[in-house]
Amino acid sequence: MNENNGHMVDVQNLVMYFPVTAGVFRRKVADVKAVDDVSFSVRKGETLGLVGESGCGKTTTGRCILRLNQITSGSIRFEGQDMSTMKGSALRRMRRHMQLIFQDPIGSLDPRMTAGDIIGEPLLVHRVAKGKLYNEQVDELLRMVELEPYMAKRYPHEFSGGQRQRIGIARALALRPAFIVCDEPVSALDVSIQAQIIALLIKLREELNLTYLFIAHDLSVVRNISDRVAVMYLGKIVEITSSDELYSNPLHPYTISLLSAVPIPDPVVDRTRKRIILAGDVPSPIDPPSGCVFHPRCYMAKDICKEKKPELRHLGDEHWAACHFV
Amino acid sequence: MTESKNEKILEVKDLRTYFYTDDGVVKAVDGLSYHVNKGECVGLVGESACGKSVSAMSVLRLIPYPPGVIVGGEILFKGEDLLKATEERMRAIRGDRIAMVFQEPTSSLNPVLTVGRQIAESLELHRGMDRKSALAESVKLLALVGIPDPQRRIKDHPYQFSGGMQQRIMIAMALSCSPELIIADEPTTSLDVTVQAQILEIIADLRAKLHTAVMIITHNLGVVARYVDRVNVMYAGSLVETGPTEMIYAEPKHPYTLGLLASVPRLDIPEEKSVKRRNLRVIKGLPPNLARLPKGCPFAPRCDYAMDRCREEKPVLETVGVDHLRACFYDAAKLKRPV
Repeated sequence: MNENNGHMVDVQNLVMYFPVTAGVFRRKVADVKAVDDVSFSVRKGETLGLVGESGCGKTTTGRCILRLNQITSGSIRFEGQDMSTMKGSALRRMRRHMQLIFQDPIGSLDPRMTAGDIIGEPLLVHRVAKGKLYNEQVDELLRMVELEPYMAKRYPHEFSGGQRQRIGIARALALRPAFIVCDEPVSALDVSIQAQIIALLIKLREELNLTYLFIAHDLSVVRNISDRVAVMYLGKIVEITSSDELYSNPLHPYTISLLSAVPIPDPVVDRTRKRIILAGDVPSPIDPPSGCVFHPRCYMAKDICKEKKPELRHLGDEHWAACHFV
Repeated sequence: MTESKNEKILEVKDLRTYFYTDDGVVKAVDGLSYHVNKGECVGLVGESACGKSVSAMSVLRLIPYPPGVIVGGEILFKGEDLLKATEERMRAIRGDRIAMVFQEPTSSLNPVLTVGRQIAESLELHRGMDRKSALAESVKLLALVGIPDPQRRIKDHPYQFSGGMQQRIMIAMALSCSPELIIADEPTTSLDVTVQAQILEIIADLRAKLHTAVMIITHNLGVVARYVDRVNVMYAGSLVETGPTEMIYAEPKHPYTLGLLASVPRLDIPEEKSVKRRNLRVIKGLPPNLARLPKGCPFAPRCDYAMDRCREEKPVLETVGVDHLRACFYDAAKLKRPV
């Protein structure tokens, strides 16, 4: 059973299509190819960053791993056990070990529950604690995310955005999971608060030995927290490597242009930097371009890119990229 | 023509905008002063709820009353005090002389009108054009902001455009009457970095072409570094530091500016893996409740350098360099930007 070679999560050829229906009979007319043949693994204790523009399928990938979406095909293994076919109580037992931190700190908290109830709900659902033990655990969780136990009686609207995100983190920690999917946990926050939340997530990872899948659209945020980073574009992974390597030696033209679009808070450096401005928007995942999906926006594209799909190729120490010209 | 270069097109003096709520008086803007020169690009930077959007709305007198009231100050647009202007006069200025680009294009565009109609509206109102020539002008404007196939696209509705395209439409709308000042309120906050780069390039291009003054409001100091001539840093309703862009980034003289700069992760320098060191660079705590501001400097409770005096007395803007002002009691020479 231990053939998982230190991997927490193994994703193989994951495909997730959302059907597009039309007419009275809800006939299927097309597919939104949200995730299209994605494979990667997350090692125990590491943080894998998953980066890409809106609509590239990064959130769907995260939700598929937690089995919140019914996957179309492929396999997901969690600590060696196949999750993709699991059902009912077996699935519920597995879910205790994996949690999700949501993007929107306002929308993901029930406005009619107190902070304490929100944080404690998983404990009741999974029958982990009740009575005095329950109260102790809720207080402990609040302290872990640097809030005060007296705040348990407050409602979400009484908290600021950063504090609400802390409540979301405490709820995710309630069942002492091994693996947490952080879905854009800081993108709705101010820069100064972002830095606080990232520091908290790093601290918790160290203290509780957590493994994260950290989803974000902001490359500069991901760098801070990730050991390895995967870059997604239109349902596919185009590059995956260690965090240091990605930022010092990006290979895929999409990664290079994404990096060049991130502004640097120094006018002298920023004005002299070469900036690649990508033309247009991300194409529709209902009808993705032929060949390499990035070719219509790529500054390196040649004829071959329109015809042949590039595979993820091994290009040296833990560095993989899907491009014909690297 | 050297003196016209420094001609102030907009001058805000000691502006105070308060909101009278059940929770008490929220002093969203409290003693704010700044100016924008002709053809200049200025950045207004601060966290959420520091009053930056309210100050922009005050300039156009778009503060909802009640509960909001502009209780004092002056807003001089080319010498004319907008706070004394009639509503009719304001309507002639809004969208014509001063235009605004709002933060969320999705909710700022009217979902039931075609984008052509929406751009044409201000041309019909301010320029007295008929519908046909206004639409023809709209096509030109859409082409100017880089929307492909504008002839066909003016007949589309907002939902048929992506977020970045919608923001371009907002910019086209703001440009329609060739205003002298454009106020862009967080124009790129809801957009992806690649699209953000596109939008900022467009604003910079158009400014060079049309010589319009631009004020960009943002919470991220990184975003504006490349584009603005001067930076105003705002905290709890008033400016804490203002100066030429190079000075603000290279030698910030207010602890809040320092903290903001340190909060933005930088991609061009090796990062620190150590948690401890990174924690040091985080601004502690939360922005203050504007209804219950502390006595003295509003930043003092979060400031690493706060002294007893800071909790008693509110500092005012003082010169620390050429065109460089700050409101802080701490020794300017001892404040250094961490690299």
